[in-house]
Amino acid sequence: MSQQRLDRTDADSREVTAPDAEAFERRRRALRARRLRRGWVAWALVVPAAAFYVVFVLKPIVLTVQYSFYDWDGVTAASWVGLGNYAKLLQDPELGGSIVHAFELILYFSFIPVALGLATAAIIRKFATSRISVVSRTVLFLPQIIPLVAAGIMWTWLLSTDGLVNQVLRAVGLGSITRAWLGDFHTALPAVGVIGAWVLFGLCMLLLLAGMTKIDPSLYEAARIDGAGAWREFFSITLPSLRQEVGVCLTVTVIAALASFDIVYISTQGGPGNATLVPGLEIYYLAFFQRQVGTASALAVALMLLVLAVVLPLQRLNRTGDS
Amino acid sequence: MIASRRELWLGRVLLVVLMLVTVMPFVSLFVTALHESGTYPPGLAWPEVLHWSNFATAFQSAQMGKLLVSSVLIELGVVPVALLIGTLAGFAIGHLRPPGGRWIFLAFLLGLTLPFEGVIVPLYYQIRDMGLLNTRWAIILPLIGLYMPFAVFWMRAHFVNMPDDVSEAARIDGATTWQLFWRIHLPLSMPALSSLGILMFLWTWNQFLLAVVLVDDPTKRTMAGALGAFQGQWGTDIPLLCAGSLLILLPTLVLFVVFQRQFVTALLQGSVKG
Repeated sequence: MSQQRLDRTDADSREVTAPDAEAFERRRRALRARRLRRGWVAWALVVPAAAFYVVFVLKPIVLTVQYSFYDWDGVTAASWVGLGNYAKLLQDPELGGSIVHAFELILYFSFIPVALGLATAAIIRKFATSRISVVSRTVLFLPQIIPLVAAGIMWTWLLSTDGLVNQVLRAVGLGSITRAWLGDFHTALPAVGVIGAWVLFGLCMLLLLAGMTKIDPSLYEAARIDGAGAWREFFSITLPSLRQEVGVCLTVTVIAALASFDIVYISTQGGPGNATLVPGLEIYYLAFFQRQVGTASALAVALMLLVLAVVLPLQRLNRTGDS
Repeated sequence: MIASRRELWLGRVLLVVLMLVTVMPFVSLFVTALHESGTYPPGLAWPEVLHWSNFATAFQSAQMGKLLVSSVLIELGVVPVALLIGTLAGFAIGHLRPPGGRWIFLAFLLGLTLPFEGVIVPLYYQIRDMGLLNTRWAIILPLIGLYMPFAVFWMRAHFVNMPDDVSEAARIDGATTWQLFWRIHLPLSMPALSSLGILMFLWTWNQFLLAVVLVDDPTKRTMAGALGAFQGQWGTDIPLLCAGSLLILLPTLVLFVVFQRQFVTALLQGSVKG
């Protein structure tokens, strides 16, 4: 931006002849004065947004970091423990486990919707404007607009002992594997993951589809002429052109997985045992029920850093896709 | 584009299956809501007697009237203010480009991926010290702050992409910054503004964590928060729970069906830019 401004001044000065130099100098001063005045107006316009942001986001972030170095029950005086709370994150299997669960959820929240979305979008790309695919756009979006809480309640019911899922399984002769999916130690976390996949699939599919319709059709024609099959076409043309969209899908879904709270709170409360305990829920329990504000804050800091650590590299993928 | 007949049919079948998977949970919820209250019906079975009265019972026991008013009040507190101040800041950073604007923008970006759980603990103590626990302000004020990174990011992107010619022409005609903003840029920003408005409306309506932590009284919460409380209270009465959930979903569903094109556009763009 400043580079551009410099170039412009250079060009201007080249046109200026000696007698005009004074007038030019005056104009430049006036311009600078206006830019400065505009600067003040601009700062004033930013103030309201910045004020809310500082008070309700930046300050709490700083406070979270501060709390994380103390042992505090929220009532009596806090005592400094240094990195003690962070050491607990590494030692306590319950705390560490919640982070592991968050990463396991990425498999269901991110990879399944993106993989399934890619496959579906590639197949329906060819009739993207027909009536059925326009209708499907609305229907597949439904899970995105309802509260996650509602999705949790619905699926708790669907996955229960007599729920629709087990009904279908019995109908197709798989009655032996039916169970209370959310109550079983081995299946609870995948079951929570399925709920997330259901919520996020539509968004991913439609994002990827939108990306595919932007691909130049002549690329496909050329590939067909060269004798490329559907697989070849998908891996040589479709997938490379969709890097940015895949990046976006991964970013959105990974954040949803790592920061999951609503679905787990409603469907399992972290149980059975701690089988589905995720960081968001553990922060809530620690801070507001077990009165371990310091530990909760250390976990919150870890969660914020983990999200950044996973999401920032994905953004680089986006940018290289752009160029 | 040419597609073989087999591919077309495969695609159609796949779409129908996916739509079924998406819709079945809603259908199961609806059918179950029609069973006698207090019973344990199977997941998908048409009841012999239709108990429409479940909806009336759920409406009363969930205090739906109060919930709607509460959610609307929260929306009115959050969305217009967040839209206004987010747009002003976006205009300042994206169009006026003050010295140091880049740094402010980067500071806002910092909050873009923030999980709300990361700040919920200090927020609780802050809100308590302000004496706002258990009021709607406890949800309204933090949400405005938490939406700022996205709102500023979104509006800045919009103003950066506006051609400079328009504003230069207005400047030459002697327009002040305020006139430039109010008369020229704002009318041209309606698509960006409405998408942002829809997104913030949805996020607020569906906000759960802040409601659960900061407000105990379900009738002062958002819809999603109230639904959580309703589940806690009626979790054992499946038909009633299903009826209540459907009632709470209804306003969003109606709005979505009416404004579906705007919703889909907003959500798709929202995630691309976010």
